[in-house]
Amino acid sequence: MTVPALKAKDYKSGIKAVWCPGCGHFAVLSALTKAMAHLELVKEDVAVVSGIGCSSRLPAYIDTYGFHGVHGRALAAASGLKAARPDLTVIAAGGDGDGFSIGGNHFLHACRRNMDMTYIVMDNEVYGMTKGQASPTTLPDWCNSKMTPHGTGIPSFNPAAIALAAGAGFIARGYSGEPSELTRLLVEAIEHPGFAFVQVLSGCVTYRPDQKRWKEEVHPLGSDLPTDDPVKAAQIIVADDGKATGVIYAKRFPVWQPENRTDSDLHTIEQEFQL
Amino acid sequence: MNDKIPSETLSSSFSVAVTGSGGSGAVTTGRILLEAAAECGFQGLMTRSAGPQIRGGESAAMIRFSADPVECMGDEYDLLVGLDWLNIERFADEIPLSGKSLILTDPAAGEVPALLRSNGAEVREVPFKKFASSLPGGRLNMVALGAAAVVCGLPLEAMESSVQRILKRKGKEVVETALQALRMGYNHDRRPRISLQAPETKPRYWSITGNQACGLGALRGGVRFVAAYPITPASEMLEWMSPRLERLGGSLLQAEDELASINMIIGASFGGVPSLTATSGPGLSLMVEGLGLALVSETPVTVVNVMRGGPSTGIPTKSEQSDLNIALYGMHGDAPHLVLAPTSIRDCVFTTQWAVQLAEHLQAVSLVLSDQSLGQSQAVIEVPPERELALQRKVEPAPGEEYQRYAITSDNISTMSLPGTAGGMYTADGLEHNSHGTPSSMAVDHRAQLAKRLHKLEDFDFGDDWAEVEGEGPHCLVTWGSSAGVVREVGNWIRAQGGAIRVVVLRLLMPLQREKLKALLADASKAIVVEQNHGGQLFHYLRAEGVLPESAESLAQPGPLPLRPGRILRALGGDTA
Repeated sequence: MTVPALKAKDYKSGIKAVWCPGCGHFAVLSALTKAMAHLELVKEDVAVVSGIGCSSRLPAYIDTYGFHGVHGRALAAASGLKAARPDLTVIAAGGDGDGFSIGGNHFLHACRRNMDMTYIVMDNEVYGMTKGQASPTTLPDWCNSKMTPHGTGIPSFNPAAIALAAGAGFIARGYSGEPSELTRLLVEAIEHPGFAFVQVLSGCVTYRPDQKRWKEEVHPLGSDLPTDDPVKAAQIIVADDGKATGVIYAKRFPVWQPENRTDSDLHTIEQEFQL
Repeated sequence: MNDKIPSETLSSSFSVAVTGSGGSGAVTTGRILLEAAAECGFQGLMTRSAGPQIRGGESAAMIRFSADPVECMGDEYDLLVGLDWLNIERFADEIPLSGKSLILTDPAAGEVPALLRSNGAEVREVPFKKFASSLPGGRLNMVALGAAAVVCGLPLEAMESSVQRILKRKGKEVVETALQALRMGYNHDRRPRISLQAPETKPRYWSITGNQACGLGALRGGVRFVAAYPITPASEMLEWMSPRLERLGGSLLQAEDELASINMIIGASFGGVPSLTATSGPGLSLMVEGLGLALVSETPVTVVNVMRGGPSTGIPTKSEQSDLNIALYGMHGDAPHLVLAPTSIRDCVFTTQWAVQLAEHLQAVSLVLSDQSLGQSQAVIEVPPERELALQRKVEPAPGEEYQRYAITSDNISTMSLPGTAGGMYTADGLEHNSHGTPSSMAVDHRAQLAKRLHKLEDFDFGDDWAEVEGEGPHCLVTWGSSAGVVREVGNWIRAQGGAIRVVVLRLLMPLQREKLKALLADASKAIVVEQNHGGQLFHYLRAEGVLPESAESLAQPGPLPLRPGRILRALGGDTA
């Protein structure tokens, strides 16, 4: 008996998204479900794990297993799940505040731990759910938040550079306004054995209407990419304007998964206490 | 009434302290003595005290052995073995001596410090160093061990066998030299101090620490995934578990911080694997948000908190029972969960197993409050019983169209669908949700789910394991955790003197078994709540819950000094008819 192939819409849960009309995240949801359909992922063998923020609402909108956790800890929950259930396809998702500010430490260690999972950060350079504060990727002179009326005055965070420095083996950047390319990037990320990081420029129509100009600013990476040379990747990441899309770096490192075996039992172990 | 329990009348126990500067081998000496006593049929306890130094600091081993179970240190020490007297002032408070005590010392180490002799303890000199130097590679602690064995009335054969077992991994030469040094110390002065009656039958004993016992309980409860961040005094539990989990098909992941550890075990448990972490106060503080997530998403997790002096970094190497408040009340929102405390080192096995299986069965958060004095003490005990508990996670085998992850059921426990199961897909959430798991801010859903989470715990039948109750009478001592040892000892002593007293040791602190506890205390003319913290945390909790009689008193003493029997007797004021 052949099971008819699932279409992208079959991976959607039907729950109405809380996102604003025109939000870039709709395109990310759509691209992710297309990638899942393309890869013919078995729905119940997928878990989408997130933290808190607009983009972190994603799991509820996908018809797989999902975990909508606490702010900043998506990668921790995803790592525990993958460690305990290596058979699952684990996808972590969230925003720039969730992943790079409150969850920054987990980002570093997930990169270097290199478990086989995908991490999608929908980056709109703003905290949307709390109504428009600066995030780690906000430029220092953005003055539209009452909380930082003079701008943050702090240089913004370069996620791809951090991921490379922390040891990630797959680094890509996509744009919600380029859904076909984004789908392709997500397919490659999910297929990559190890930790795959995808930064998606996904504009906020409500608090960052200025991001409409991204449409004109994004451009493809050079045709000689991706590279597996970290020095070259570093040069590209540091030199470009943060708007170049595509897979920047792809290198296979040993995938980490806790080792275990079953060569003992509790009664044997307990003998060590016997006097 | 006498405000101390004379050690020779108390179930024939003998207390020894061994002190020395870093590298002098005080703890090894203590361990050998403890297990030699076990060879003769005695049970025992060894607590350790160390300075804050990473390596090379002073340390002390306190040992007490008896024909009966030993769960606390006594009021005084019968024997103090001073391997040297450097930094002894740091331990003097912890080693009370009397006119009946004996101090073993090496004249080469200088005079016994005046603060130790002030109570009139007798001094016996043995040339530890001279004997040790006569052997190539000889160590003076082995000479002292031989001399101590004579004082304790332990036979040479038992000492030799204990030395061989404990030093075996150091190689044959070391063992041979140690045995020679031991014999020199043993034969120098053969006057015993006391001859304890060993039990006639020698039961099977285990030598185990509380941290190991909690680890074993976790494994018995089915834990197969641990994520954790190193912290004193919990690390040994994790170090013990890691290689053993690996051999049982499980694993331990060292996380980047405690925020990660708690969220990792939530992720793993969501995946269907019973999961646990262990930490101490500062780590528990970091985990509290994650506990709330586990609670609301109804993902079972267990956290063993090996308490130390707090707040903040506090006193990392010393014991205190001061994390009860955070364990009970730490979470924001209305957050019903389980809080348990082992009642002894031996009970660390059962309580941790029970905590894990309760968490699994009730899809709840279990906190286990152990502490440094349980966790890092070595005990010689009768083998802990094996308990089969019919408590396990209710997993949905074949979810159909109608499946609701958070359905309101008669026992308020809804079945959990695990990733990989077709038809049971849902998104677990820290957001309030409806019975399907869909986020909801509606009053009707919030009320229904709050009630579900409360009543699955409040209405559950916890049976008889919620407390250990001994004795009867109008006077009652109520306690928990590591304080139980000393409280039980006082109870036993009062009853041995013909008095009457009831001792209640709470194992399940939340949900509080109000009616059962109230019934036990209803007729008490005197009730004292005993605990090792400054604020009387258990006392105030029980008072707030309305289970204490009006006249109840609090006996709360903060760490790091252990509660001693005499302190409790003084609080009872001789009024123990």
